[in-house]
Amino acid sequence: MPDDAIPRRSGASVVARRRPTRRPPFPFTAIVGQEEMKRALLIAAVDPSVGGVLAFGDRGTGKSTAVRALAALLPPMTVVQGCPYNCAPEEPAGLCPACAHGSEPQVVSVPVPVVDLPLGATEDRVLGALDIERALAEGVKAFEPGLLARAHRGFLYIDEVNLLEDHLVDVLLDVAASGENVVEREGISVRHPARFVLVGSGNPEEGELRPQLLDRFGLSVEVRTPEDVATRIEVVKRRDAYERDPAGFAASWAREETRLRRQIVSARNRLGKVAVPDAALDRAARLCLALGTDGLRGELTLMRAARALAAFEGESAVADRHLRTLAPSALRHRLRRNPLDETASTTRVERALAEVFGG
Amino acid sequence: MAEAGLPSPAADAAMAARLFALDPTGCGVLLRARPGPARDAWLALLRRLWPEDRPLRRVPVGIPDSRLLGGLDLAATLAAGRAVAERGVLAECDGGAIILAMAERLEPGTAARIARAIDEGEVVLERDGLARRLPARFGVVALDEGLAEEEVVPRALADRLAIHLALDETVLPMRLEETDLDAARALLPRLRADERAIAALVSAALALGIDTLRAPLHALAVARAAAALAGRGAPGADDIALAARLVLAPRATRLPAPPQTPQNEDAEEAPPPPEADAATENDPRPLEDLVLEAARAAIPPDLLAKLDPGLRLQRGVRSLGRFGTGQKSRRRGRPSGVRPGALRPGERLALVETIRAAAPWQRLRRAEGPFALAAPRVIVRREDIRLVRFRAPTERTAIFAVDASGSTALARLAEAKGAVEILLSDCYVRRDTVALIAFRGRSAEIVLPPTNALARARRALAGLPGGGGTPLAAALELVGTLAAQVARRGRTPIAVLLTDGRANVARDGTPGRPRAEADALAAARQLRAQGLAAILIDTAPRPQPSAQRIAAEMGARYLALPYADAARLSRAVRAEMEASP
Repeated sequence: MPDDAIPRRSGASVVARRRPTRRPPFPFTAIVGQEEMKRALLIAAVDPSVGGVLAFGDRGTGKSTAVRALAALLPPMTVVQGCPYNCAPEEPAGLCPACAHGSEPQVVSVPVPVVDLPLGATEDRVLGALDIERALAEGVKAFEPGLLARAHRGFLYIDEVNLLEDHLVDVLLDVAASGENVVEREGISVRHPARFVLVGSGNPEEGELRPQLLDRFGLSVEVRTPEDVATRIEVVKRRDAYERDPAGFAASWAREETRLRRQIVSARNRLGKVAVPDAALDRAARLCLALGTDGLRGELTLMRAARALAAFEGESAVADRHLRTLAPSALRHRLRRNPLDETASTTRVERALAEVFGG
Repeated sequence: MAEAGLPSPAADAAMAARLFALDPTGCGVLLRARPGPARDAWLALLRRLWPEDRPLRRVPVGIPDSRLLGGLDLAATLAAGRAVAERGVLAECDGGAIILAMAERLEPGTAARIARAIDEGEVVLERDGLARRLPARFGVVALDEGLAEEEVVPRALADRLAIHLALDETVLPMRLEETDLDAARALLPRLRADERAIAALVSAALALGIDTLRAPLHALAVARAAAALAGRGAPGADDIALAARLVLAPRATRLPAPPQTPQNEDAEEAPPPPEADAATENDPRPLEDLVLEAARAAIPPDLLAKLDPGLRLQRGVRSLGRFGTGQKSRRRGRPSGVRPGALRPGERLALVETIRAAAPWQRLRRAEGPFALAAPRVIVRREDIRLVRFRAPTERTAIFAVDASGSTALARLAEAKGAVEILLSDCYVRRDTVALIAFRGRSAEIVLPPTNALARARRALAGLPGGGGTPLAAALELVGTLAAQVARRGRTPIAVLLTDGRANVARDGTPGRPRAEADALAAARQLRAQGLAAILIDTAPRPQPSAQRIAAEMGARYLALPYADAARLSRAVRAEMEASP
């Protein structure tokens, strides 16, 4: 049954006829427990260069909920109006060709994009492709930007990331490494900036993640179902209250949400001023050495994450405490697998922590 | 009905249909039943209850994403000369429900997309140059016809369906109670959450070893729907017990301790004052006990059999392996989706998808002309080509690790070689492969990498020497490494160990029995953690406790075949390979 046609090229997706207003997402601050996951997401929000978050673990623990809640929490960003690539007016070097050559750009404030990459997405929607509508109607070879363009300066979220098609993973690895999307297809040749924070979630029981993709994620968190009854009851109660009245529930958490948003903004402003003492660098290096992590990415991520955490806590310098807190998230997915050591990677990180920091 | 003792399975089954008809999004049903009169009766019941103005559509298992989620409407796009979107089944069933036939065969990707739509209440479409969101609030009845243990509905979906119902002929005849859906529907949104009910369901779920918190949430929804059907203002004890039977019991992974035990101990020490019973009105425990009691009575009888911890661990890990191994192969297997690419020899063209890809461009290309001859009817270019992708059936690789040490007599080695040859000729037909590891002296080596080439195998086997120590740990470690490699290549490894288990060379090559044995046991545990299916064939003249211990630590099947010849050996291994998933 043919539905109404899509309107000509617009960033916003089509609003269907019968649809009532979208229900607000579950508030980030109302998520019970899961401190490690929440911390990792907040760090990525403070400093996107940390390199993305992977949340792997049990089913029904609010992985997707947390990521979607983050979208509502983030402070808006400024973009060049009408730019399909979310160009930042304050960074003239990183502008797309259209914005670079255009006249004085109009600047608007928009919410930070959190773009979902659904499992069924086709390559043309991810990368962008020839704009069918304009090609047919006007005979113009126009580029219709894909999800990567929309995610620029924001978040790209992949639920069940371990089930993602191989060819899409290849595309993502390439773009995530270069920060740029190069499209050469259907007679069009476009390159545009695509820097985003990759957020993946999934259940390891349903398939392994390719090592190359695993390495792309800055922080990796393990999500477990809470064990004690009181926490469980609280989770169920809040979820139930939300399901029954999403708008009312969101309203009752508005104050906490605002407070957290302010904290993120001030952490971002403070980030450049947070000092990283040589002692901390030394400890991070020794920790990575003790664990035998591959390459320098582990140390770099650990330092950046620790700095973001320090900024978030209002500190002026990175302390041992920050390194200790973040070492498991930053390092556990970078350990070489040792066939004779059965211990889980988290335990190994903790052991190394005790060694380096002493007790 | 609950007052009259245990409710019958038939009454619960009929109740499930009523609950689903009332609240399809909250009370999704996973119906595990063979096709037959019982399932037909249940579905007929549901259709009788189902309001006429709401869609109830059967969705076939192989539904492509274009129909599930929507996409480009081919015919309309060609006719209109512009892209026309087509709604998928999920969006079309907004406000209604879908019945998923043969849900146990559902692709995990498809299951994940349906799960996502359930979570969001809408379909997010990013396909064929379209980007849109469509409302999709639908209920799901997943029909599970799985017979074997490993044939199960993908957990992403099963987890999101509240009621797990197993039907057989004993539920017939199913009687439908008087149901006023309209009244219940009006009542449902007004039902308040009862703190005690929540606490009871959450603790009961925990006691039954149910990890996911979706389970108590589902149970809450079911209890509420049941209360609405009964015209009650809040879920009562009966409703909560019903929810425990329908939602919690089928998900139980352990049996809760019987509640009587602590009470009896109390009774022996000091009889409880009579007031205690009266005081329980406000105590949450009785409700929780009631929930547990209801769930315990409804736990399937075969649950205990499934709860052997070793078994569970293995099954979990193994199914992971099986999952990882069901890989996409270029040429053979079941078609699973399409991909763009160049048409090379051996690839299969997906004709419809190719035309679909070319369709929107026809007008443009015609205008671009010029054509040497008359313009073809459909202009297909290289970038339109879509190829069929296949999912190959899981292929197995048998990894033989043969003890070629002095303690295993040379004759045994000859028998092992013979068994490998026989298996190999059999494997060749089935496209399975065989690898051979020999261990003797101070180390283990791969004598034959995974192959199905018979001639090569024979050559490798012929040159296999014997004698020396038994470096069992090194051998097991090598088996693990090779098995991991095999699994990565999309095959399922199965290890066949021929040894007497009497290790006398440690992992680092030094002789000495105690260290050698400790190392071997550690390596065996590692193999078990890897989830490797394994058989240990004891080749000693008399069954050896050392071999049995190694087998136990590996989670391997232990076979003592002291006088086995090549033919018997190969039969035993083949039987095990058939049995492994």
